[in-house]
Amino acid sequence: MTTTPPVQDWASDFDVLDPDYVADPFPIWDELRPRCPIPHTNRRVSSWLPLRYEDVTAIAHDIEHFSSRKIAVIPITGEEGVEPDPVLPYGLPPISSDPPLHTWTRRLLLPWFSHRRVESYEQMTRDLCNRLLDGFLAEGRADAAADYAQQIPVRVIAHILGVPPELSDTFTGWVRDVLEFADDPVRREEGSTGLINFFVAEVGRRKDEPGHDLLSELLHTEMDGELIDPAVVLGIASLVLIAGVDTTWSAIGSSLWHLATHDEDRKRMVSDPAVWPLAIEELLRAYSPVTMAREVTEDVVYAGCPMAAGDKVLMNFPAANRDPEIFEDADTVVLDRALNRHVAFGSGIHRCAGSNLARMELRVALEEWLRRVPEFHVAEGATVTWAGGQVRGPRSVPVVFR
Amino acid sequence: MRIRVDEEKCQGHARCYGFAPTLFDIDDFGLSRVVGDGTVPTELEGAARLAIANCPEFAIEELSD
Ligand code: HEM
Repeated sequence: MTTTPPVQDWASDFDVLDPDYVADPFPIWDELRPRCPIPHTNRRVSSWLPLRYEDVTAIAHDIEHFSSRKIAVIPITGEEGVEPDPVLPYGLPPISSDPPLHTWTRRLLLPWFSHRRVESYEQMTRDLCNRLLDGFLAEGRADAAADYAQQIPVRVIAHILGVPPELSDTFTGWVRDVLEFADDPVRREEGSTGLINFFVAEVGRRKDEPGHDLLSELLHTEMDGELIDPAVVLGIASLVLIAGVDTTWSAIGSSLWHLATHDEDRKRMVSDPAVWPLAIEELLRAYSPVTMAREVTEDVVYAGCPMAAGDKVLMNFPAANRDPEIFEDADTVVLDRALNRHVAFGSGIHRCAGSNLARMELRVALEEWLRRVPEFHVAEGATVTWAGGQVRGPRSVPVVFR
Repeated sequence: MRIRVDEEKCQGHARCYGFAPTLFDIDDFGLSRVVGDGTVPTELEGAARLAIANCPEFAIEELSD
């Protein structure tokens, strides 16, 4: 990973990859919010970082001035270019598009993740969690992030896409290269090439031998009497893998880290099933993993900030969710928080298409872990490590069971 | 108590369904609608208020009639 000089002033020169920020961004946001609610930086590319709920949601709804055509939080200069990519001419719709492309590609995808459809993935998710737990239960210790959280979403997504689960580690590697190691041009390129080439081959195979998976069905779906362009299908499939893996694994990992370090909350979740629906939302709020970018379409002054065409706005959903104007005691996890309009899954037309799936996976992963490992804590002397940038979550949480 | 979902505002977060699955019906595209004419049985009024207070899009409202 490229190293950048230390941050001197967070208001005018922030760096979302600063190691202290990645490990613990919350005090930095709290200090900035009253004096500079929309910090700026010229690192990588001129970018703004709204920290207040009101600003993040307002910008998310203003799709005229804030386009989704460039969504990378860690852009490589010149890479997100003006020329359309020859292999992915439509980008990764719907996430990297504005209406009208956004509207119809999103509609194609949503039924696959409707709450009814998601129920049908629940048993396989539960079985998967139990196989993982079987693997380390007797040892009395595990890495809650690497041995458990990281292993779950990728296999569920592989099932939905109809691609071999044996390749899960490879998929995970590609997704990490693209998101977690985005600042390293070599890894990023390797990851995206690996992933795209894989889907190009899978799309080719399914044109002749369709199955009952998302890839096959999209390839055989007609719009206005014509089959959908396979390049659109390629973009959607790649997006589902990229969006569905790191995000959910980070949410599961952060939640397990929280429970490993907060005995009262862990005990409450073990003993009080009624608190679960609120608790899941509260964990999503407090440890929201995902930040997405927007590109400013024309010079605009927003809340006194002179945003220029081409600037980025980093949609800090995680900071919005800790805004004390909106959430009482915002930096505390209150498992039964009843007022919780959190935007962990975004706000406006790009609301996470996989939110029903993500919630189910988070709930089932915690249910099975806590059922079989009701008592655990971070191993003495162990180091918990975090990844940040587009997706924030723990990469290693060594725990011992009691 | 009677409630409605503003279809223009709803983005399918499904938080309302989480609180009161019998009051809301969500279609395959995530759009939420109230079941029937939106009349809330007395015992579900608490759940309905939570649904209103937790919607991230401010899409649910209580009708005053
Ligand atoms: C806890 C886990 C997850 C979190 C926190 C999360 C968060 C988000 C956020 C904040 C957005 C909005 C992006 C924007 O405004 O530009 C988004 C979009 C999206 N997410 Fe997720 N996500 C999660 C899991 C998933 C899963 C499991 C899938 C599986 C398919 C998924 C698929 C998508 C897609 C397709 C979009 C694009 C929607 C659109 O542009 O219309 N996500 N997600």
